[in-house]
Amino acid sequence: MATVAITPDYMGDYQDGVENFHGNQVVYFGWDHHLLFCSPHAFPLPPDMPFAAVMSDVLPGVWGVHPDFPKINWETATWMLNGKPFRPDPAKSLIDNGIDHKSAIRLQTPELTGIAGTGS
Amino acid sequence: MAAKKLSLKDKYRLLTRDLSWEPTYRDKKEIFPLEDFEGIKITDWDKWEDPFRLTMDAYWKYQAEKEKKLYAIFDAFAQNNGHLNISDARYLNAIKVFLTGISPLEYSAAQGFMQTGRQFSGQGARIACQMQAIDELRHAQTQIHAMSHFNKYFDGFNEFMHQHQRVWYLSVPKSFFDDARTAGPFEFMVAISFSFEYVLTNLLFVPFMSGAAYNGDMATVTFGFSAQSDEARHMTLGIEVIKFLLEQHEDNVPIVQKWIDKWFWRGVRMLGIVGWMMDYLLPKKVMSWKEAWEVYYEEAGGALFKDLARYGIRPPKYVEVAELEKEHISHQFAFTLYQYTHAAALHITAPTEEEMNWLSEKYPNTFDKYYRPRWEYLREQEAKGERFYNGGLPQLCQTCQIPMVFTDMNDPTQINYRDTHYDGERFHFCSDGCKDIFNDEPEKYIHAWMPAHQIFMGNCGGADLPSVVENYYNIRMGIDNMDYHGSPDEARWKEWKGLRSVEDKLKEAV
Repeated sequence: MATVAITPDYMGDYQDGVENFHGNQVVYFGWDHHLLFCSPHAFPLPPDMPFAAVMSDVLPGVWGVHPDFPKINWETATWMLNGKPFRPDPAKSLIDNGIDHKSAIRLQTPELTGIAGTGS
Repeated sequence: MAAKKLSLKDKYRLLTRDLSWEPTYRDKKEIFPLEDFEGIKITDWDKWEDPFRLTMDAYWKYQAEKEKKLYAIFDAFAQNNGHLNISDARYLNAIKVFLTGISPLEYSAAQGFMQTGRQFSGQGARIACQMQAIDELRHAQTQIHAMSHFNKYFDGFNEFMHQHQRVWYLSVPKSFFDDARTAGPFEFMVAISFSFEYVLTNLLFVPFMSGAAYNGDMATVTFGFSAQSDEARHMTLGIEVIKFLLEQHEDNVPIVQKWIDKWFWRGVRMLGIVGWMMDYLLPKKVMSWKEAWEVYYEEAGGALFKDLARYGIRPPKYVEVAELEKEHISHQFAFTLYQYTHAAALHITAPTEEEMNWLSEKYPNTFDKYYRPRWEYLREQEAKGERFYNGGLPQLCQTCQIPMVFTDMNDPTQINYRDTHYDGERFHFCSDGCKDIFNDEPEKYIHAWMPAHQIFMGNCGGADLPSVVENYYNIRMGIDNMDYHGSPDEARWKEWKGLRSVEDKLKEAV
């Protein structure tokens, strides 16, 4: 549906185009069933950042405080990219892994059940 | 010769319906250019029944009497150091949320009703909008005056209007009203007068005002009483608007239904703030959010939508999701503001053991199972000196702008992820309700000013959160924000109430 507006063919200015982020793109990371973090996180990241750097540099800075974080087995952990199962290649860049601007990535570690087993 | 005294009936006609005229040398469509574009068909404005049954002179008289009484009580409250009679200084978080989140909406409503009233060719609707605009202005002013007393003694109040325009979680109520005010005049009326004032307002007003009464805040509770008769009028306008639109033309029914669906959902999302206030911010609790929802929405709203069924209107879409979420949302909001209290002019702290017991009792299906263990962990962390603050920025919903905190009601520890594509770009949502609103008018919502993204773009005073908080939000680090325990508000309160611990006194003696 088109917006009902007094101006014909109304089109709001899109605020969040990738060109506004100074060479970065926004990527969202959520960790399933780990609600100590109230919501997934947003990060501005260079598109050519290797996925390995996400695991070694980006996520620990925010998720490292969770008692489950050191227990993550990165070999068996699974991922979702924009709602579909996804196997990242750690050596490749975000963009070469198909992770574009405003992609949402979910980490899944079913063996880790969060604080007191409550998905927290 | 003395002027003849008018009969009440004549006076009413002259002061309401006789203020308008038929244009003779300009086209009516030129004068009221916004009346048609939404697709609403009005066949006869004379069928409009004045909901207020008031003339302007009577209105001024009633309002002036109320003002006199209200300000007398504000004076007494100030002279008697009313701030010392509240239950606990933690209570003031509720008032800070109200002043930064709700009072600016009263002002926005005043502007909205002025703009909207101008656009109706029916003079009855114009007069009603005018009176409500003045009411809303009065509410903004009297709320600010009621709460200004606390500003003399506590932190976090002084930049409320600046913060309403800028702070991430205040973009939730701000964007709600901006959305309504940038819609056409009929959508504004269905959004604010009907969906908000008529269907949902009791969920906002009653909890805050009874919360004030329970917690010894006589200034705010007196404001509440003084506004009550205004609110009753606003509800009357809401029901008149909806019946008028539905009776004017059958083509209006699907348009009105779409607006009810949209504004119910936007209202439900915003009222999560109230749920959090009721369950977590009041040291002395009134009722739970779940109970309030059951009384004020399920019972009252159920009866309303039965009544509207004869016009072909059904209950709002996704009402069943909202009913399941009533056992979760206050807790989800509470964790969010707890872990981001460094980025808010609030001192949010974990619930006490006694409060957790109350929550267990009020939320037998969810609190112990999902939420209590998380609070216990957070309390342990705090006791170890490692109070948890979230180190990143949240992903936000494109429509309601709330962090993506809502979970799947079939799997309550899993965040909901919804997305859609528009014009080659991807957009994310917290729920099907918010996704539907976007998909219906994407050109409007791509324009949303998303606080987390704006920080990344460098538009908010700095690259790291402390710079944003200090330079852009005008929140003084360590004074206006961070946990209540250790805050200057807590220290002052303890000093005034003689609650300093023996340990504190010993430290000072050394």
